[in-house]
Amino acid sequence: MQYTRTVEALKEGTVIDHIPAGQGLKILRLFKLAETGERVTVGLNLSSRHMGSKDIIKVENIALTEDQANELALFAPKATVNVIENFEVVKKHQLELPDAIQGIFACPNSNCISHNEPVESFFYVKAQSNDTKMKCKYCEKVFSKDIVAEVR
Amino acid sequence: MANPLYRKNIISIPDFTREELELVVDTAERLKAHPRNDLLQDKLIASCFFEPSTRTRLSFETAVQRMGGRVIGFADGGNTSARKGETLADSIKIISSYSDAVVMRHPKEGAARLACEFSPVPVINGGDGSNQHPTQTLLDLFSIKETQGTLQNLTVAFVGDLKYGRTVHSLTQALSLFNCHFYFVAPEALAMPDYICEELDEKGVSYTLASSLEEVIPKVDILYMTRVQRERFDEADFKKIQGQFILRAEMLKHARSTLKILHPLPRVDEIEVEVDATPHAYYFEQAQNGVYARQALLALVLNETV
Repeated sequence: MQYTRTVEALKEGTVIDHIPAGQGLKILRLFKLAETGERVTVGLNLSSRHMGSKDIIKVENIALTEDQANELALFAPKATVNVIENFEVVKKHQLELPDAIQGIFACPNSNCISHNEPVESFFYVKAQSNDTKMKCKYCEKVFSKDIVAEVR
Repeated sequence: MANPLYRKNIISIPDFTREELELVVDTAERLKAHPRNDLLQDKLIASCFFEPSTRTRLSFETAVQRMGGRVIGFADGGNTSARKGETLADSIKIISSYSDAVVMRHPKEGAARLACEFSPVPVINGGDGSNQHPTQTLLDLFSIKETQGTLQNLTVAFVGDLKYGRTVHSLTQALSLFNCHFYFVAPEALAMPDYICEELDEKGVSYTLASSLEEVIPKVDILYMTRVQRERFDEADFKKIQGQFILRAEMLKHARSTLKILHPLPRVDEIEVEVDATPHAYYFEQAQNGVYARQALLALVLNETV
């Protein structure tokens, strides 16, 4: 009997695994992983022993930093982010919700000054019992993270 | 040692500590009792109103001139390079290079915060869209302290449009540092937003939602009235709620003798004119206090000691 791997092993780069099924494309889009020009492999609705089904993203030749990995915690707090060198895991990031997140999302408030000015968006992040709230540094409006993520 | 507001940007009430709020109020009290015409000598203040305003702009400019400073600026963004498509960041870089401080009002939320990132001199927010109007809150606090002798342990009712009223949001944020109790009286459609109530819950501040003016009047030290804007309702709904939030003189007969009524103005019909003659009316003095509160703030921001 012949076994095949669902997703090919990675030589250099980053594997983002255990993404809740359905969040993979959102992460790909928000973090502009497809725009890096590197080869990206995406698996959707793969079977997972712990999660039932999951998404997975592999990006070649790019090592995500601690800060970048933490930004993923907004959407996939239980994701594992492994940096690979020469087929070996050299760094396993423990995801922690960041205190602030810069430049990824546009502010959902259309009257916020951060649009059309030479600044990056900036949100303070605060975890609440059943939601994560994001407060725009500029207009000071507070949004649920899902609303912020829908904007772009 | 320099006062804690020296060379600070004044953008938003939550940036203030309790001590800083008290410092502004105490300084306003002193400047009202003992005017000083020298505190802004040789200072040039840019007064940049990208959106028109009467009271705020005139009281800022009065405050500057009363203390010996000079003013440059504009009263309407329509005649500036903003209309030609210049970013606010560029406008502020240039204006701040001409002046010792920038006072600004802008129709977009967050404009003052953004401006201070591009300005080497202090920026004072005179209103940014529906977000903050910190000097209104400072003059409200000054008026409350002046009439009640304290900011501590007061009972304050907010009436009218609590949803969109930025003055109400900022004043509750400020008073929550002083162990006050709040009553919120508003039509359901204009109730205090959840995020403000959540903030108050987090800080352990007590508040009560009330449905009528009459029931709260005997219980409060300050009655803070705001305008319910007709354009936020259709005509039938407006008629239904309109009568509930109008203050008439006879409603004040069970009020505490020390009760004062405040209103950020302009009023339309939510306070009947006959209330003006009662000893409780304080909204015109409050508007006048705008000059002293802004004097205090400018003096503190531009002088190490006052």
